Amino acid sequence: MYTQGLDSLGKDCLASTSAETAALNERFEAKIARDERIEPKEWMPDAYRQTLVRQISQHAHSEIVGMLPEGNWISRAPTLRRKAILIAKVQDEGGHGMYLYSAAETLGISRDELVLQLLAGTAKYSSIFNYPTLTWADIGAIGWLVDGAAIMNQIPICRCSYGPYARAMVRICREESFHQRQGFEIMTTLAKGTPAQRAMAQDALNRWWWPSVMMFGPSDVDSKHTAQSMRWKIKRFTNDELRQHFIDVTVPQAEFLKLVVPDSKLAWDEAAQHYRFGEIDWSEFHSVIKGHGPCNRERLEARRRAHEEGRWVREAASAYAEKERARAAAA
Amino acid sequence: MTTSPDWPLFEVFIRARSGLEHKHVGSLHAVDARMALEHARDVYTRRLEGVSIWVVRSSEIAASDPLDADAFFEPARDKVYRHPTFYTIPEEVKNL
Repeated sequence: MYTQGLDSLGKDCLASTSAETAALNERFEAKIARDERIEPKEWMPDAYRQTLVRQISQHAHSEIVGMLPEGNWISRAPTLRRKAILIAKVQDEGGHGMYLYSAAETLGISRDELVLQLLAGTAKYSSIFNYPTLTWADIGAIGWLVDGAAIMNQIPICRCSYGPYARAMVRICREESFHQRQGFEIMTTLAKGTPAQRAMAQDALNRWWWPSVMMFGPSDVDSKHTAQSMRWKIKRFTNDELRQHFIDVTVPQAEFLKLVVPDSKLAWDEAAQHYRFGEIDWSEFHSVIKGHGPCNRERLEARRRAHEEGRWVREAASAYAEKERARAAAA
Repeated sequence: MTTSPDWPLFEVFIRARSGLEHKHVGSLHAVDARMALEHARDVYTRRLEGVSIWVVRSSEIAASDPLDADAFFEPARDKVYRHPTFYTIPEEVKNL
């Protein structure tokens, strides 16, 4: 991932005539049509670059903010085994954020800008992380539903036309499947437990079901970016297709747990071989995205605090490296 | 306001197992090579994905220009005789 090379490429692009641009664009479109990957130093239309920066950075921010709801339970995990697993999972999310920031940087945006956008509150991230984790069962529900939805979204991105994003996603998907399984294991344990534990599992499902279903984004008719992203092979399936697939595979899992999905309209459609489901409350979705979810402010404050409290570490590392360089130069 | 010090970018290469070559896996920011190695371990080998790591500053890598790829690799294009399948050998001849 060679970020630096992009600056000069950008200037060349500005200087090129429209005939040259047309030829470059034709070459780009032909590569997309042949299902070839686009790599960082290659010419690409500005809109393609902007779309990727937007999508990859939102994805990266989601991983980083996604550490917070679960981090909330590390110190209160019920056993040492659960605690070790949760720490590993949260560490993975941090790692995934790093892979994705690196992928975004290959498009010419700096890490500093990306972090700044998140801390300033101007960047978007997945709406799901603005919901609170009230009980231990929420950690189970997040792994099972939220990571389940995330995996469903991410697997097609492994074939994304932009090489660095696709490669980061292969790595992420490989690591995420343990996330979903550990969540389902927590749910299984609670569902087989005391009546109080069962109730806790059901309550978590009640609160996380609809936000998870909303994770696939706005309905196809309202999605601004879907058509173009599919043409560019950044996206391979529409939001509604992925949402339907998620519901189809998840409902039987809930049945196995003998838990009730909180949707009175949910019904199996034998002819279509799909579950029909109730109306999604899009006003809630848009309100959370705009910053009015239950935890938006808390999440950003936690990120800002972590960034400030880590400042001395970064400064000390810079100072130490400077001193080492001076020492080496003097020797 | 800047958020973080301007640490250089490093490319990370990992040898998955003894006997294999190092392969590019991604990149990261670090203040120096030593920190880059430690961060590469934490970011790219949490599941024992490697037995050896190389890091190199991204600015030190020279790369061929994708726009010139056709011309750059053209000399090898018309030399099919460099491949063993180019040659016809009678079927009765063995071990060749």
